Order: sequence, then structure tokens, then C-alpha cells
Amino acid sequence: MIRFKPSRIIAMLMLCGAAAGTPLAAFAQGPNGPLVTIRNFMFSPMSTTIKAGTTITWKNLDAEPHTVVNDAGIFHSKALDQDETYAFRFDKPGVYKVFCGIHPYMKETITVE
Amino acid sequence: MSSSTPTRPSRRKALQCMAFGGLGTLFTLSGGILTPFDLALAQTGDARPADAGRPLFVQISDTHIGFNKDANPDVSATLKQTIDLVNGMPALPALAIHTGDITHLSKPEEFDHASQLLSALRVPELHTVPGEHDVTDGSGAEYFGRFGKASDNRGYYSFDHAGVHFIGLVNVMHFKPNGLGSFGDEQLAWLAQDLKGRSSSTPIVVFSHMPMWTIYEPWGWGTGDAPQTMALLRRFGSVTVLNGHIHQIVSKVEGNVIFHTARSTAFPQPTAGNGPGPVPLTVPHDRLPSMLGVTTVEFTGHPATSSLHDATLA
Repeated sequence: MIRFKPSRIIAMLMLCGAAAGTPLAAFAQGPNGPLVTIRNFMFSPMSTTIKAGTTITWKNLDAEPHTVVNDAGIFHSKALDQDETYAFRFDKPGVYKVFCGIHPYMKETITVE
Repeated sequence: MSSSTPTRPSRRKALQCMAFGGLGTLFTLSGGILTPFDLALAQTGDARPADAGRPLFVQISDTHIGFNKDANPDVSATLKQTIDLVNGMPALPALAIHTGDITHLSKPEEFDHASQLLSALRVPELHTVPGEHDVTDGSGAEYFGRFGKASDNRGYYSFDHAGVHFIGLVNVMHFKPNGLGSFGDEQLAWLAQDLKGRSSSTPIVVFSHMPMWTIYEPWGWGTGDAPQTMALLRRFGSVTVLNGHIHQIVSKVEGNVIFHTARSTAFPQPTAGNGPGPVPLTVPHDRLPSMLGVTTVEFTGHPATSSLHDATLA
């Protein structure tokens, strides 16, 4: 059974609002740049293309913790509990594969141009 | 509530009884020596050895200290109840084995609190292996700082107790691309060395956090290189494989190998594939204690084989 907490719904509405307010962005914006949300054991969006120098923020909306781990070991978040965030600035162009260290079948790809 | 997993096919036992004729003879594993005693004596009640029927060890799993969401806002309380259940057993097990996810987020204060709670166990020895929730810092520094001593900071190690060979393995440090757990070549080489030259009649207990057979690949409920461990273990007459991770009992018997996953002491998880992922499952408050519990393992027979018993908090 999954229960939606009011705080989670508010968070989702805020994300929707942020996305709607910036029509040019392909995804929601965090405080310092694009936001990847983690919900229902999925990164969203699952693939992201950004310019070098951009900071991506991840936010976990699940009651279960997740981590943000690069398979090449370049970055590794601590366990993010519900509503916690992690940010990483991508300075070097390349393709970065990301998975959750607790649920490694959760994957996403970040392309830095 | 409690339930037992049926022991392995009893042909061997039947033959044993026939061999001894009459009422038969029972062997119990006692202080490493298989002690025969006559069933006729056993029937008189007080002739049984003092520790006959005593579980050799208890398995505790997935205590998730630090978790505080709807599925169980007080995981410390349910761990305390679990410890009371074990401490209240008519015959105390000689060992306790924690099969990982001691903590929820690998935080130092969670480990400290868990250690403090577990110290109330009136069982002389506690053995552990890490779960993926215990090593979310990547290096596992918090886990190894506390529990690494027994294994020289490798996490995997073996020991003998009462004639049974115990092997703790780590399958949460190097995940495979398909999301399954993994032991890695170094650990597999260590295992081959550990088992080399050991008599096939030695009862073996293997414990690790993630299941050592693939229960549900889309949720990573398995270990990619577990078949390589089975190739090494298959020659033994009695192998008991104990895991946690999935917060529910799933078991199977394959030849001489019993596979069994334990319940959590914190919260249940959905059955395989039921929902978006292995989320903490929220059940009505009064149902929760019936979904949390421990597994005890007893060794009887000659050669000794294990029988497993699952007990819940209510």
C-alpha cells in the first residue's frame, strides 16, 4: 500500500509549477538548475542532457531511501531519506551513468555537452 | 504464531531408525559431539540431554534502526519485542546471526542505537553481515568500524560452532549491472579456499543479506554470482543458506541445500512484483506483529541436518 503524504503532494505540485513556469526546460528546475526526482523507485527523467558547468539536484520523494551513485565512482550521495536532496556540478563533458546504491536496478543517464 | 519448515526428505532418517531397530536411536548435536540416546529412554521424559531441542542459533534480520515512516514508526520497540521473544525462549540459542540492514541509513547514531538494543540479547555471540542499507556511504566505514573485527574488515568470514561450519558472506558491496547482489571474484576465491579439504559430512550454514537464489530479478532479489558458490557447496551433505533483504519468508529445498529468507523485525515488504518496488509495506497496526519475527535453527540427526522454525511477534 502506498500512502501519499500531504507534504509529498505539495512537493509534486511545486515541481509541476516550476516546470510550467520555465517552458524551455525539458525537466523541472531545482534551486540551482535541473531537478531529477526519485519517485516509485525511478529517476525522472531517466535521461538528461545538460551543458558543462550545470548542477543537477536530485530529490527523493519515496518513503524508502535512495542513493545517487555514478558507476565510474565520480560521485556518490549519502542515503537520501524522503524529501532529502543531493546536488552535483558536472564540469566535464561525457556520458554519466547513475544508479541507486540501495536498489541498483534504478538507473538514469546524464549527458554533459 | 510460529511455523516450521519441513526438514529434508526423511529417507535417511528412516534408514537410520531401521538400522538401530527397536524404538530407534536419536542423535543430537551436543558440544560438537553427536550424542546418541535411546528413544525408549527419551520417552520417559527426563532422560534427554539438557540441550536437546535447543536451537543452535537464532537469525535476526532487517532491523532497519532509524526507519520512522508509516509502516512502523517505532522500529526500536519491535526490535525490543524481538529480543524479549528470543530471551524468553525455553532454551536459549548459543548464537545469534544478524543478516544485515541493521540500520536504515548507515548513520553513526543508528548503528550506536542498534548496538545498544542488541546488547540486551541474552545470547553469548552475535555475528553479522552487512545489508546495502548499512553501507550506503560506499566504503562501509561505519559498518566495518563496528563489526569488521571478526572478518579483518573484509566482511566475509567463517567460524565453527558445535561441529557446524558457519560462513558469513557479503553480497551488497559490488552490485551487478542487472541490479543483483554480487560476491566478487576475491570473495569466491576465499570461499573455495575456506571449503577446501573440509569433510563433506560437515554441516554448513551460509548467511548473507541478499537472497542467494534469484527470487525476483526486476527488484534485484538475487545474487548474480551465487551459482558459483553453489558449485562449491553442493558436495556437502547439509547446507543451510540463510538470507534477509526481502522482509518475508521465501524458502526452497534443492538437493541437500535449504534456502530460507527471514522476516524483518521492522516492517514487511510486498510479495515479488506487487507494486512499484520493494517499499515498506504499511499494514493495519494490529497485523504488524504477525509479519515480524525471527528464525531459529536446530541441528539433529546423524549426519546432523538443520530444521528451521519461524516465530513471529504475535
